[in-house]
Amino acid sequence: MIDWLTFIPRAVIQGVPLMYGSTGEILTEKSGNLNLGTPGIMYVGAISGVIGSFLYEQSCGGAAENMNGFLAVAIPLICCLGGSALMGLLYCFLTVTLRANQNVTGLAITTFGVGFGNFFGGSLIKLTGSEVPSIALSATSNFFRATLPAAENMGWFGQIFLSYGFLAYLAIVIGILASVFLKRTRRGLHLRAVGENPATADAAGISVTSYKYLATIIGSMIAGLGGLYYVMDYANGVWSNNAFGDRGWLAIALVIFTIWRPAVSVLASILFGGLYIMYLYLPTGMDNLAVKELYRMIPYIVTIIVLIITSLRNKRESKPPESLGLPYFREDR
Amino acid sequence: MEERTPILEMRHVTKRFGNIIANDDVSLTLYPGEILALLGENGSGKTTLMNILSGIYYPDEGQIFVEGKEVSISSPKDSFDLKIGMIHQHFKLVDVMSVTENIVLGLPGKLDLKQAAADIRAICERYGFEVDPDEKIYNLSVSQKQTVEIVKVLFRGANILILDEPTAVLTPQEAVKLFAILRNMKEAGHAIIIITHKMHEVMDISDRVAILRKGRYITSFVTTETTAQELTDNMVGRAVSLNIERPEPVDPKDRLFIQGLTVKNEEGVYKLRDVSFTARSGEILGIAGIAGSGQRELLEAIAGLQPVEYGIINYIDDDGTPESLLKKTPVEIQAMGVSLSFVPEDRLGMGLVGNMDLSENMMLRSYREGHSIFTNRRDPAALARQVVEELEVSTPSINTAVRKLSGGNVQKVLVGREIASAPTVLLTAYAVRGLDINASYTIYNLINRQKAAGVAIVFVGEDLDVLVELCDRILVLCDGRVSGIVDGKTADKNEIGMMMTHVGGAHEG
Repeated sequence: MIDWLTFIPRAVIQGVPLMYGSTGEILTEKSGNLNLGTPGIMYVGAISGVIGSFLYEQSCGGAAENMNGFLAVAIPLICCLGGSALMGLLYCFLTVTLRANQNVTGLAITTFGVGFGNFFGGSLIKLTGSEVPSIALSATSNFFRATLPAAENMGWFGQIFLSYGFLAYLAIVIGILASVFLKRTRRGLHLRAVGENPATADAAGISVTSYKYLATIIGSMIAGLGGLYYVMDYANGVWSNNAFGDRGWLAIALVIFTIWRPAVSVLASILFGGLYIMYLYLPTGMDNLAVKELYRMIPYIVTIIVLIITSLRNKRESKPPESLGLPYFREDR
Repeated sequence: MEERTPILEMRHVTKRFGNIIANDDVSLTLYPGEILALLGENGSGKTTLMNILSGIYYPDEGQIFVEGKEVSISSPKDSFDLKIGMIHQHFKLVDVMSVTENIVLGLPGKLDLKQAAADIRAICERYGFEVDPDEKIYNLSVSQKQTVEIVKVLFRGANILILDEPTAVLTPQEAVKLFAILRNMKEAGHAIIIITHKMHEVMDISDRVAILRKGRYITSFVTTETTAQELTDNMVGRAVSLNIERPEPVDPKDRLFIQGLTVKNEEGVYKLRDVSFTARSGEILGIAGIAGSGQRELLEAIAGLQPVEYGIINYIDDDGTPESLLKKTPVEIQAMGVSLSFVPEDRLGMGLVGNMDLSENMMLRSYREGHSIFTNRRDPAALARQVVEELEVSTPSINTAVRKLSGGNVQKVLVGREIASAPTVLLTAYAVRGLDINASYTIYNLINRQKAAGVAIVFVGEDLDVLVELCDRILVLCDGRVSGIVDGKTADKNEIGMMMTHVGGAHEG
């Protein structure tokens, strides 16, 4: 039997990186940019934060008592946002300004981002000269993982709802804000119009280029936070190369799963987080480890099933933004 | 003539696209409270000129004055601010959004959809539009979408309205309604520019007519002081005949026999029910009907592209042996000489590849021929040259991507290619959709030439005037059923119009 009290918090912390990744990607895709660079951008977000906090920890002599709590959080956060914004900018410059193919650019960005992360991660590991192939930033991590002092005394309620670092709550807030933005604000309406039909948006006096740039860069920054959360909170501040794995791709799959709705993505991410670790909790018996590996396919199988169901329903609202993946040039004939 | 101050003036405007000059030193004047018709052949630069006004394109040279002041329109927003509103030929609407959302798109301020919807209702009431602000665009008919476009422009308080071929997608009844609205707006002091190819509309609605030819401004006329013939001659640059010929069919033989044809679409909705008719060689069978009454499904069923629920489609040989087309693949049907040219609303959707050049598009028909492993490029190139010459396609060369040609020219390439495949049955839908008068007549002549050569022609058309003049017999479709088949020589437009909306032409109450 599954122990829900430990399973749910585990599912949530698994889900948070996905939440950031999919919310960022939804905003980006709503502008018509299919940014397959998201996995790479999440890597860059993570390693930028790691570099920032590494330098800060070094400057404080690695002692937690010398560190200012605000700076310990703010420096990695700013580094992470800056790094992923630059990646988003690069993607936009290539696809919007130079009108390069979005898929090719996105894949290149992912390859680049993963390589970038591993290169600097590897360098930092060399610098510290540690025995294991990883660096631990536990002092910084503790600041990220700080919870409300009252949480521990609140029994099951505290364990399920209050046991997370601030980035987890921020992810939920961003997801809901993004949803309100898209549904209720004028800029949200304009952004959707840009992704659906840029020619129409253009004729209506909306600057297609700036919407695409802004949505993609902000989306990348949000996605980058997912990488930072993974290292600082989920992994307790331990960076090791390639540990982030395929979560970036899962975030992109989630975008389809949620049919481009950030509010749905909050719940769906937690669900996917649960599916992602489901294999650890399903009783398989000790001699049946191969079956366990099969269970790891669950999130992907669910995505495929949802894809089939949504395409069967064939509702216009559940289709991707119509000009997703297409370049736009006003004077094109 | 009394002194009037123009509300809009364009002086010496020039616009180039690469090597193509779309507008060459064009000057145009518009006065308040008048309807100006802009007339010109396809590719004469009418739409480009209007896009300059709406801020989509920026002119390379020239000046624009609005209410006497020189302005620079570098974006659609500038255009709104000058109270210029354009209703594009291809609607600028986001399908998955509601009417209200589309109308407020691009406006500044806080988003208040309820208030906007109320304002829209008020505008609709004032001008007599029927449109529900909460409806999604994809649920609307073409004419409703156009109404939304007009409401959108009025909602923004536009003074100068530009309509690019507004009637091309409307039924005759809807067009009459639109004109009534335009007259209302003219009374209210709006200035309107309308682009249309239909001469009777020009004579009907406009106060003045300006003519463009090959990107240049030629002249303008006061509508009451000119004739359709004079306008056409000026537009084409030489005298043209405005009569469509209808030679007697020579030795008609049954060629295509269709009985009880029933077709469902993917959603399981009946698109055709129990359709029966015979098409004869050397004869033009017209198909009339409101858009979406099953015309497309009918032609596609014959061409083997549409699965058939039940019914018979037989091709009849010269010696009278019937052969069923139902079990044949589209390629086999094509090889029997049944050729389909369907011109969809977006023109490029079927049959042509936008990024390929003219001769490559000709190859799409012929690449299966020959035995070499290499494709034959010489014959398609020759065919392309022939089509360009015969149909007067205006293109820099046969190596230009089809996408870069203007709509009408794209269409000439498509129809020209289908006719050149020397078919025994020619299925053609909306062959002249959006074509100017001169090009339309070229197409009618081509079709008549095929008729004389003994081809059985099924001609799906939208313009009833043309159907009545060109076709030997006219089959009227109403919601997927045959409403009746009438003789082209004795047919009456109003009667056909009635049959389009009521099966069998059952008279209105």
